[in-house]
Amino acid sequence: MIKKGWDEFEIGAMLRTFDGSINDIAGTSQDDRSYSENSSYTASVADWRLIKPVFNKDYCIDCQFCWIYCPDVSIISRDKKMIGVDMDHCKGCGICVEVCPTNPKSLLMFPEQAEEEAEIASWPAKDEEK
Amino acid sequence: MSEMKKIKNLKEFSTSADRFEGANLLCPGCAHSIIVREVLNATNDDLVLSASTGCLEVCTAVYPYTSWDASWIHIGFENGSTAVAGAEAMYKALKNKGRLKQPDRNPKFVSFAGDGASYDIGFQWISGCMERGHNMMHVVLDNEVYANTGGQRSSSTPIGSSTTTAPAGRVSYGEKKNKKDMVSIMASHHIPYSAQVSPNKWKDMVKKIQHGFSVDGPVFINAVSPCTTEWKFDPKDTMLLADLSTDSLVFPLYEIIDGRELNITYRPKNVVPVEEYLAAQGRFKHLFKDEYKHLIKEWQDRVDDNWSYLQRREEARV
Repeated sequence: MIKKGWDEFEIGAMLRTFDGSINDIAGTSQDDRSYSENSSYTASVADWRLIKPVFNKDYCIDCQFCWIYCPDVSIISRDKKMIGVDMDHCKGCGICVEVCPTNPKSLLMFPEQAEEEAEIASWPAKDEEK
Repeated sequence: MSEMKKIKNLKEFSTSADRFEGANLLCPGCAHSIIVREVLNATNDDLVLSASTGCLEVCTAVYPYTSWDASWIHIGFENGSTAVAGAEAMYKALKNKGRLKQPDRNPKFVSFAGDGASYDIGFQWISGCMERGHNMMHVVLDNEVYANTGGQRSSSTPIGSSTTTAPAGRVSYGEKKNKKDMVSIMASHHIPYSAQVSPNKWKDMVKKIQHGFSVDGPVFINAVSPCTTEWKFDPKDTMLLADLSTDSLVFPLYEIIDGRELNITYRPKNVVPVEEYLAAQGRFKHLFKDEYKHLIKEWQDRVDDNWSYLQRREEARV
C-alpha cells in the first residue's frame, strides 16, 4: 500500500473496508469477507505483545467469556467453539485469562518467546478446593 | 421492520460476525472496544456510526487503516451526534419520497463519544438531538477523564480523583467537584429510553441496547469504561474493575423509560464497599493517606445515598 504523507491526503478521505460488495456484513463471518488492505483486520499489532496467552483445549468448556471480553477481537470462535487466539491482533492484555472460569484455567499467559507445546505439556494441575 | 436478533446465551451470542476489527491501536485491556463490540453485535441490522474525537476515534481510524466494517464517520469533537442525526433525517426524508434503493433495509444510527465529548463539549449538540427526537442512539464511553489528550479532568471525573489538571499532592486531594448525573439530565428530555450499562454485565447490556434499537426516538446509553492508563491499574484487571464498579454501586445499572419510569436492572447480591473500588485504582491512591481518609467515608455516603434515591424512585414510579 502506498502510504501518503500528512500533507498529501485529501480532505474527507474515505477508507473502504472491503473489496467488492458485501450485502450482509452481519451474516458473513470474518473468514468469508474480502477485506481490503485498508481494514485493520489485515494489519498487525503483534509487536506490542510482551506476554502471550496460550490456549489449552483440554480444559476449555467453550463458555465464550474470553470471546465476549476480549478487547481486540482476538479470540477465534466458530460454531460456538473456541478454537484459538488470533496472534496478529492480540496485544497480550491478559483479560481472557482473568475471566476464564475453568480449573485449571484453559488460557494462561507466558512470555512471548515461550514454546507453546512445552507450556501446554507442563500445564498446572487442578487446584484443590479450599 | 427487521426482526430483533435473538440472543439467549453467550454461546449463541458468540456466533455473531464482528463488525469491529482487531489491530486497532487502543491500549491493551481497554474497555472501549468491549463496549463497542457488545453494542454492534446486539443487532444484525445495517449500521450508520459516528465517533466524536476521543480515544475510540483516534485509535480505530489511523490512516490508512480503519477498524470499522460499517458506515462510519468522524467529524468534529462536539458534533458526532449531530452527524448521525443528520444522516437519520436524510434517511427519513428519502424514505418518505420513495427514493431509497433498498427501502426494506432498516439501518440503525449510533454515535459513540467519550465523556469529554458528551458531558462537556458535545453536551449542547446531544441535547439538541434528544430534543428534536431523532431516531438514534448515543453511547457514552464513560472513563471519567479526557484520556485521549493526557488525562485532564472532565465534568464526569468523580471527587478525589487525581488527574493532570487536578493533581493530588500536598495542597489538594485532586478533583474537587463531583460527577455530573448525565443519565438523569438526558432522561429529563423525556426521551423514550436512557440507561446506564457496564461491559461486564453483557446480557443486561445487550438487552438494553436491543430495547434502545426497538424504540422510536432518541436513546441515551452511558457505559462505564475502565481506563487502564488513567485509572492506573493492570490491563488484565479491566473486567475486575468493571465488576467492582457495578458491585460497589458506584455505577448502578438502571434504565429510565420515557424520562419517568426508573427500573434498577442489577442488584448485587453482595455489595462491595466503595473502599475496594477506590483501592484498586492508582488515581485514588492518595485517599488512603491519613489526611484524606474522610473522603472515603464521604464517597461511601454519597454512593449509599444515590442508591437509596434510585430505589425510592423505582418504587414511586416517578
